[in-house]
Amino acid sequence: MHKSQILDWLRRLDQVYTEKKDYLTDLDAAIGDADHGINMTRGFAKVMEKLPEVADKDIATILKTVGMTLMSSVGGASGPLYGTFWLKGGLAVDGKEALSAEDFLRMIEAGVDGIRQRGRPEPGDKTMYDLWAPVVAALKTRAGNGDDVAALVAAILPVAAKALADTIPLQARKGRASYLGERSIGHQDPGATSSYYMLETLNEALA
Amino acid sequence: MKKLINDVANVVKEQLEGMALAHPELTVRYKPTFLCRADAPIKGKVALVSGGGSGHEPMHGGFVGQGMLDGACPGEVFTSPTPDQMVACAKAVDGGAGVLFLVKNYTGDVMNFEMAAELVAADGIKVQNILIDDDVAVKDSLWTAGRRGVGTTVLAEKIVGAAAEAGYDLDRCADLCRKVNQYGRSFGVALTSCTVPAAGKPTFDLGETEVEMGIGIHGEPGTHRSPIAPVDVLARYAAEQIIDDPAYTRTVREWDGAGWADKVLTDEPFARGDQVIAFVNSMGGTPVAELYAVYRTLAAVCEEKGLTIVRNLIGPYITSLDMQGFSITLLKVDPEILKFWDAPVKTPGLVR
Repeated sequence: MHKSQILDWLRRLDQVYTEKKDYLTDLDAAIGDADHGINMTRGFAKVMEKLPEVADKDIATILKTVGMTLMSSVGGASGPLYGTFWLKGGLAVDGKEALSAEDFLRMIEAGVDGIRQRGRPEPGDKTMYDLWAPVVAALKTRAGNGDDVAALVAAILPVAAKALADTIPLQARKGRASYLGERSIGHQDPGATSSYYMLETLNEALA
Repeated sequence: MKKLINDVANVVKEQLEGMALAHPELTVRYKPTFLCRADAPIKGKVALVSGGGSGHEPMHGGFVGQGMLDGACPGEVFTSPTPDQMVACAKAVDGGAGVLFLVKNYTGDVMNFEMAAELVAADGIKVQNILIDDDVAVKDSLWTAGRRGVGTTVLAEKIVGAAAEAGYDLDRCADLCRKVNQYGRSFGVALTSCTVPAAGKPTFDLGETEVEMGIGIHGEPGTHRSPIAPVDVLARYAAEQIIDDPAYTRTVREWDGAGWADKVLTDEPFARGDQVIAFVNSMGGTPVAELYAVYRTLAAVCEEKGLTIVRNLIGPYITSLDMQGFSITLLKVDPEILKFWDAPVKTPGLVR
């Protein structure tokens, strides 16, 4: 996985968040506070502003810049969570110009660990962690198979899609959705949805 | 959507610009955005900083001034501010005695303020985060993010602000703030939804003849919907939810100087003979006159339950944009709390 693909990934992600802004906000209106699409779009617009300054730096610098930018522009719960994800992910691949499958696993694992430390989610709380936990597990299982990053991501995308759909019947126990109690059942989690787009766009960028 | 706005993207910034023009005793900074007392930092005084999503005005920016907050960090509408704002604000107001972050219990606010505290502490500034979680509409803390921070926030900012002004150190300010939070309880009722400017439509649908009981301050839902009823019925229900609320236990995280430490807190229920401050608040769209109708009933219920209202606060202080509705907060007082409640305060939103 080369740096150019990471830059392409980030641009695609910006596009997707812009396209899905209303959809994400509607998902959030159903069980949260109706700002997730607005926040992600604002955050990635800032990332796109910052990207030219670091596009010629190493991968870790790019990822850390994404993290710092999201942390200081998204707000809400997703700001610290995604900010921490990209920041920790970047720190895990310090000095790299390209990522092997092992590097990629290390990056995702460190990022998800950051989400876990910051938000302290439990599996089944109906959060983005319910998408990332099975994705990390699937990545770990496959990482030793000799797949390159593209094959790895393509292989785990169905796992992510299933994990996303699996958030629908869950009752939220974290975030504003938790105040709905049983009324949160039957809605797809907005944070898990924006996380799914990260993997979907990565798959496109690597194709 | 009918609102007094220009470009939706500039709503918060333009409102702050107006506030800066109207109140030269405040300093407003952008990139990152925060407000602070123009005379900050005040040497040797603990600095009180709060913040949260915009849309609750006058809270928090309107409570910056002598005897209340030193600084406030406004986020986008209903969206938590970010750590860079909080860190910049803390550095601007720290007078060497440390910074107390007063944090309403919402997942986003908590996480952003925790990151900010870590960064501020790393810069060698003494810091503590105290949570406000007083909304009795949320019954249990185990299966939710815990009680939301609502009306008690306003009272805590006033009381702890006065204590800081009187020379309390950071630990004593934190202890007092924690006590005020544990002594305060609130409950809100919505008659209509609110409309977030960037969303352009009401956050939820509420029928012409329905009310939402236990509403939060961001249009997040309450416990249930009821048919609209006379104010006596609605105000009595809210008052009884607060006064009859049993003990409430939860775990909070506080900064121990090097890391986060869990702390188990139990709020005791109200008891006959308690003296209270009664705070009747408008959600933004309800006229003040109707709040007096709420207060009339609240006073009667307090009397029945053996609570003595020793002070009151009535008006729009912690709002939810244009939502119609009200909230009631009752705060049990002791001599320490009452003394600081009665101390002078001079802010755009509260003057005494």
